[in-house]
Amino acid sequence: MTSSPAAVGTASSAAGVAARRSAAPAGPRPPRRSTPSTQWAAVAFAAPLIVYLVVFYAYPLFRNIELSVHDYTIRAFVQGDAEFIGFEKYADVFASSAFPTALVNTALFTFVSIAFQYTIGLALAVFFQKSFRLSGVLRGMFLVPWLLPLIVSASTWSWMLNSDSGIINSVLQSFGIGQINWLTSPDFALTSVIIANIWLGIPFNLVILYSGLQNIPGELYEAASLDGATGWQQFWRITFPLLRPVSAITILLGLIYTLKVVDVIWIMTTGGPGNVSTTLAVWSYREAFGTGQPAFSPAAAVGNLLILIALVFGFVYLYLQRRQEES
Amino acid sequence: MTRHLTSRRAGVLGLTAAVLVGTAACGSSGSTEPSGDGTGSDAGASGTYTWWDPYPQHTDGSDWADRVAVCGEEAGVTIERTAYDTTALTNQALLSAQEGTSPDIILLDNPAVSTLAETGMLTTMDELGFDTAAFDENLLAAGVMDGAAYGIPIGANTLALYYNQAILDEAGVDPASITDWASLTGALEQVDAAGSRGITFAGIGTEEGSFQFLPWFWGAGADLRELDSPEALAAVELWKGWLDEGYAPNSVINNSQNTTWEEFLTGEFAFVENGTWQVNSAAEADFEVGIVQIPAQDGGGAPAPTGGEFIVAPVQGDEARYDVTSQIVECMTTPDGLVETATTFAYYIPPTEEGQEALLEASPELEPWVEAVGDARGRTSDDLGTDYPVISEQLWTAVQNALSGAMTPQEALEQAQQNAEAATS
Repeated sequence: MTSSPAAVGTASSAAGVAARRSAAPAGPRPPRRSTPSTQWAAVAFAAPLIVYLVVFYAYPLFRNIELSVHDYTIRAFVQGDAEFIGFEKYADVFASSAFPTALVNTALFTFVSIAFQYTIGLALAVFFQKSFRLSGVLRGMFLVPWLLPLIVSASTWSWMLNSDSGIINSVLQSFGIGQINWLTSPDFALTSVIIANIWLGIPFNLVILYSGLQNIPGELYEAASLDGATGWQQFWRITFPLLRPVSAITILLGLIYTLKVVDVIWIMTTGGPGNVSTTLAVWSYREAFGTGQPAFSPAAAVGNLLILIALVFGFVYLYLQRRQEES
Repeated sequence: MTRHLTSRRAGVLGLTAAVLVGTAACGSSGSTEPSGDGTGSDAGASGTYTWWDPYPQHTDGSDWADRVAVCGEEAGVTIERTAYDTTALTNQALLSAQEGTSPDIILLDNPAVSTLAETGMLTTMDELGFDTAAFDENLLAAGVMDGAAYGIPIGANTLALYYNQAILDEAGVDPASITDWASLTGALEQVDAAGSRGITFAGIGTEEGSFQFLPWFWGAGADLRELDSPEALAAVELWKGWLDEGYAPNSVINNSQNTTWEEFLTGEFAFVENGTWQVNSAAEADFEVGIVQIPAQDGGGAPAPTGGEFIVAPVQGDEARYDVTSQIVECMTTPDGLVETATTFAYYIPPTEEGQEALLEASPELEPWVEAVGDARGRTSDDLGTDYPVISEQLWTAVQNALSGAMTPQEALEQAQQNAEAATS
């Protein structure tokens, strides 16, 4: 933690030096010296970005890896003498009884959330494409889940889903359906957090897909309707194929956002009951901050696994994009 | 009176000394650069002692802040107080220790004491020169590791059962008859038959869940080193039985202690398991509220876990500071001081016999709480220390697995024991 301000200090003074050097020979000077000074100027211009990348991206990533390959007990954290243990923590994570549950939960949580968020978001985007009265207002209202602080929406969901006094159960009961323990039953806890997360993610999909729709030329639809294409055919033959690049980026961003969701699950179930709704991200958070004893090394190991998974999807996206450009 | 005078005189002397040294240091710093600088910063620091506590609700100018300031004045120094919230405080303490900038005094939640002591960042009370003999052993124990005390409690709270008098009257239950698990379950049955909800408690998957389960766990005679013992099973089955019978709502699996208290205040529940800190709120409830101690399985009071803060003193580079630190700690823990702490913090029970007597004189209605604190046990006691958080995580997971029906109580506890053993060995 100490080294980040220090890094800022040295880096900015380096930038300062660079700036001074490039400024000094501004007057008349021999032409052969102009090449290095332009280089310095280039470095000076690039420096803020490089400093930013190093301080906010490279260093945390390095620190995370460093944490995961050392045995950071509380004592070692303070004394700064953590023992190097290589991939032992990763082996522990893979061997843990929580690992298969967390992995399956992460996959279910991510894919089910994305599938519904995307489908509903796309349906709404197509719906709002035809402007009608109040369509702007309605579209605005769909953004509410996005604007609310997560603590508010997650708490509200957990009140609504409360077994005994939640509004959802009382509605169900008036239809003769018995009490469902949404958040406290091992069969429903994961479903409940997925439902809440879908609701939270729809606006994001709606906004991006809607703006993608604006880029599809209207003539295509006119031509299609002249040829007698039905609305359904227009969607599958025009809208969906032309929206593919936007869809790909929406789904990729959604995947990465959803993989690392902690807050919704933590507020609604804390990953429980037991480990029933624990995803990899929740597990990592719990190891680091959820118990009386911070265990940074396993937390970092789980976090790095998540980064790897996100990276794999990133590469899949790049591959698909390249193939599309080639065709 | 005389004592007061001398301490004040000492204070004045100390202050003068500090000022003198300060000026001397300023004078010398011009001539000899490096050494002068060293004394200058040392002398400046000796006049100011840093103090961290987890009470951001008590702002500057509050009674609590004033008391802290007065104790500094009596020791002849200025106290610079910073308040963090509980979790942030532990993290800040760890970071400051890493950087070598620890404060002189920290008030810390008791399970965190052994965690910090483990890092080697705390002095023992012996090193500090503070005598801990007057403090109740069961309360002090949470801060004892390998026979050395790393802090002293400034007050203790614990859990008991609050009951709703109106509901018990209607169901014909006499609270005095609740002496063991069987009579409690019987009372819940009667309340349930009379049409009210029985009991609510917090089974959330955090430390709070373990905190609430421990009185039953210990009340059955179970040991935290052996989570899969028959005694532990009995405790889990007691809770599970209440859920299955509908005496307790299913939502307890996800309830925090605050939520259970809110539920109780609706007036629908006969009992709630909650802590000393709700005494004021209970007095303001719309119905009459009483308390009984949590019963052990076969009768008598169950040991409930202790809550509350410890005063700890982080290791300093300059050992000369310990003298004043010890004086400040002394000042905060006089019998009068402890009673004052007790009232400032909505009934913190003083950790010394003398303090408890003084508190009971002022508010005799707290008698059951003083008894409960007498029976209470520190979570990190019995040399569990830093193993406790690891075991606790497995314990609350097991309780959640059993209550939700994800596993049978037996399976849940066996898995917990396996994981706890693996994690602590």
